[in-house]
Amino acid sequence: MSAARVGVVTFPGTLDDQDAARAVRLAGAQAVPLWHAEHDLKGVDAVFLPGGFSYGDYLRCGAISRFAPLMEELIPAARSGLPVLGTCNGFQILCEAHLLPGALTRNASLHYICRDQRLVVERDDTPWTSAFRPGQEIVLPVKHGEGRYVAAPETLAALEAGGQVVIRYVGNPNGSLNDIAGIRNEAGNIVGLMPHPEHAVEDLVGAPSTDGLGFFTSILKNLVNA
Amino acid sequence: MSTDNVKRAAETPDEPMPYAELGMKLDEYDRVREILGRRPTSSELAIYSVMWSEHCSYKSSKVHLKQFASKAPKSEALLVGMGENAGVVDIGDGWAATFKIESHNHPSYVEPHQGAATGVGGIVRDIMSMGARPIAVMDALRFGGATQDDTRRVLPGVVEGISHYGNCLGLPNIGGEVSFDPCYIGNPLVNALCVGLLRKDQIKLATAPGPGNKVVLFGASTGPDGIGGASVLASATFEEESHAKRPAVQVGDPFMEKLLIECCLELYAADVVVGIQDLGAAGVSCATTELAAKGTGGMNVDLNLVPLRDPSLQPEEILMSESQERMMAVVAPSDIPAFMAICRRWDVPATVIGEVTDTGRLVMTWHGETIVDIPPGTAADEGPVYERPYSEPAGQAALNADSAARLERPGDLRATLLELLGSPNLASKEWVTSQYDRYVRSNTVLAQPADAGMLRISEVMDGAEPTTRGIALAVDGNGRYARLDPYAGAQLALAEAYRNVAVTGAKPLAVTNCLNFGSPEDPEVMWQFAEAVRGLADACRTLGVPVTGGNVSFYNQTGSAAIHPTPVVGVLGVIDDVAKRVRSGFVAEGLRVALLGETKEEFGGSEWAHVVHGHLGGLPPEADLEAERGLAAVLVEAASQGLVEGSHDLSDGGLAIALAEACLAQGVGATVSLSGDAFAGLFSESSARALVAVREESFDALAALCARHEVPCYGLGVTGGSSLVVEDVLEIPIEELRATHEGTLPALFG
Repeated sequence: MSAARVGVVTFPGTLDDQDAARAVRLAGAQAVPLWHAEHDLKGVDAVFLPGGFSYGDYLRCGAISRFAPLMEELIPAARSGLPVLGTCNGFQILCEAHLLPGALTRNASLHYICRDQRLVVERDDTPWTSAFRPGQEIVLPVKHGEGRYVAAPETLAALEAGGQVVIRYVGNPNGSLNDIAGIRNEAGNIVGLMPHPEHAVEDLVGAPSTDGLGFFTSILKNLVNA
Repeated sequence: MSTDNVKRAAETPDEPMPYAELGMKLDEYDRVREILGRRPTSSELAIYSVMWSEHCSYKSSKVHLKQFASKAPKSEALLVGMGENAGVVDIGDGWAATFKIESHNHPSYVEPHQGAATGVGGIVRDIMSMGARPIAVMDALRFGGATQDDTRRVLPGVVEGISHYGNCLGLPNIGGEVSFDPCYIGNPLVNALCVGLLRKDQIKLATAPGPGNKVVLFGASTGPDGIGGASVLASATFEEESHAKRPAVQVGDPFMEKLLIECCLELYAADVVVGIQDLGAAGVSCATTELAAKGTGGMNVDLNLVPLRDPSLQPEEILMSESQERMMAVVAPSDIPAFMAICRRWDVPATVIGEVTDTGRLVMTWHGETIVDIPPGTAADEGPVYERPYSEPAGQAALNADSAARLERPGDLRATLLELLGSPNLASKEWVTSQYDRYVRSNTVLAQPADAGMLRISEVMDGAEPTTRGIALAVDGNGRYARLDPYAGAQLALAEAYRNVAVTGAKPLAVTNCLNFGSPEDPEVMWQFAEAVRGLADACRTLGVPVTGGNVSFYNQTGSAAIHPTPVVGVLGVIDDVAKRVRSGFVAEGLRVALLGETKEEFGGSEWAHVVHGHLGGLPPEADLEAERGLAAVLVEAASQGLVEGSHDLSDGGLAIALAEACLAQGVGATVSLSGDAFAGLFSESSARALVAVREESFDALAALCARHEVPCYGLGVTGGSSLVVEDVLEIPIEELRATHEGTLPALFG
């Protein structure tokens, strides 16, 4: 077992925390549970914000979670360079916390959608995607009702110009602008994506793909080599 | 006027009480008076009326349901049988599974989204109250004709309700079924199933022993939703005024339910729960009477302590409220601080509302006055029992005489296959299932459109010893078969679910059922019910799988028009090594395709007769249970020996649809040839059949295994290519199959 410690956050209503912790372990790192109500990051080397319906998604997805005591620690740490990956509800929380630009809105179909989604990885220069090569096509599940990425035209232009679009859909499932499935901040340490890498890490269960493992081996390698 | 109380009731024995408005018959009301030796208070009347409703008391079905116990096969796997919140089955290595299916039909017609959502919520709490972690859900849905206007209102709402509640709860939806028939217009069926997992030595029961132990109500607060839902909604036939009943449908909060799940699991782990019961139909009335009746026998409750969402609620309303996401626990006084601390950690409100006594009486107070004082068992267990008259429907013989043999058979089998494949009942249900999260918790080995859902169990809970085992679940039912012959129809429902579990490689172990029928006050409906129960009980004995629990839903009728009798059967199976599961369909090129089982000319109640001729008559396929048993033995053994690469059960639409679905599963075609009459070979719906795809070198071993179990095994051809080819009969490119199969539901529902 590597000494690399990846925190996995549980808010009330978080659903994919066990899955994320298992994926972290399968990649060879140590998963450290982080509790929303504590002002304590437990000295982790990176943080995974899993999917779910934190606080029931009441008011707006992620709108309440961003004010959790743990987030008061996480937000400054992320701004100082702590690697953070938010998937699905985690991505929504990162946007609500203004750690990433833009917002996730109701799918264009107005239906929740769960499917195995083709994607293309565009950037390998984040600590979460270095195991991929730019242009690599992968399959991960998406499962969300509010995954349509939107941003102001100038924000979108800046994301594209700055190479901050990390992953795009091949066959847009939700009407996201520019087929955006995942983005990073300018520094590159914070990544948010709608698809679920933690559900595509084993042959036996989950999506018919193990492409998700790359996100977890990426962070492990980056932490070990840091 | 102050609240009616026991003292006042004794002083005013002749005051008229609104028992009829609450759905009680005069003789039932008289029995309450006899039990109490006085008239009931309004609160007592509320309790008896709801506990003695059809929904809670099974008063019309009890005499028949006894057969599930009296005819039950010997099973060492059964740990908890009927009568608890859900049955529990030993699945090996110290693990137990608990599962149950339950209807939420009437609420789903009145308010499809909330009706279906709270159906999921209710069955999940049943599973939680056994001490288990809920691990997956499934659902069996029936709607009116696919093109009927009201189906466009009901179906999207029901799917959205299941989707929202189940997804938000973090439970994978791993299967189920959806079908359409005009007989369900106005009476859609929403049957929700949940399965949970627990250690064998950690089963919790609904009981309140130990005088002095505290009664804790925890979860959501109590509001005016669903008041009278159990007795009014679930037990009365719909007439035109149904929209006036809208407030009687409960409103769900899946976020609170998710907190309750995690909170309960921590409470169990801390061993601070003596007994537990969920609050479902009949709310506080049901939980207090049942807990008290199964415990030391008495309980004192101060209803003023129940946390209210609406402070104007009266005690009768508090007793009948079906507010969701509530549980009741019995806790030793010394464990109360630990119990409360865990609830606080999960932001779950919890309140001590009373304590267990040894008085044999359930006593409730309101502002210091005694408003309830009853022997709890009389409400919970000693409700009325009816031997309702039954008689074969007048038109049954004529219906059975109207054989499908008279129907004109098609010349163009290619067109017939496509017509069936695109028909609403056989079309892809992806429009529905893609709205459900099938991946959450990452234990899903198989999910729809596989024949059965399958889960690994080793990773479900932290700290438990590893096991290679997995569980499989399937749920099936065919209302047309049951209409033609309810005895055989119930057996065919069991046979199909049993077979669907076996094709994945899992050994069928136990049964749950949801029996959906019209009014039990109609002798012809009662005949259908009696026949279906008898058929199912007999079949369970033959197949060696006990019924562990279930649910009866009567009054699924509008005016005099009842739904087809619709017994829906769920089967749970176990696979010793989950890595040996058999995937659905043709999973690779170059495999031999074999048909296991015998094909007879059986078209009564078939999809072909339904879709092409709009015909329902004759007799359903024979339910050959010995053949079913042999087939399952072959499938389970073949899987454990690694002989089979892919499989698929044959059911609605026969071999033609099974071949098409097997090709669509992974986009791998096949070329097969049939001997004998091609139409019968392709479209007959004979039971006890399955398709398998095996490696060339395994074929002889499979054939030998089949011979040993006396299961016919026919080599049909090989997999490969991009078309389904039935030599000398038809050739259809997979892309054309896919467009036909997947286009129908999106075109209907957007």
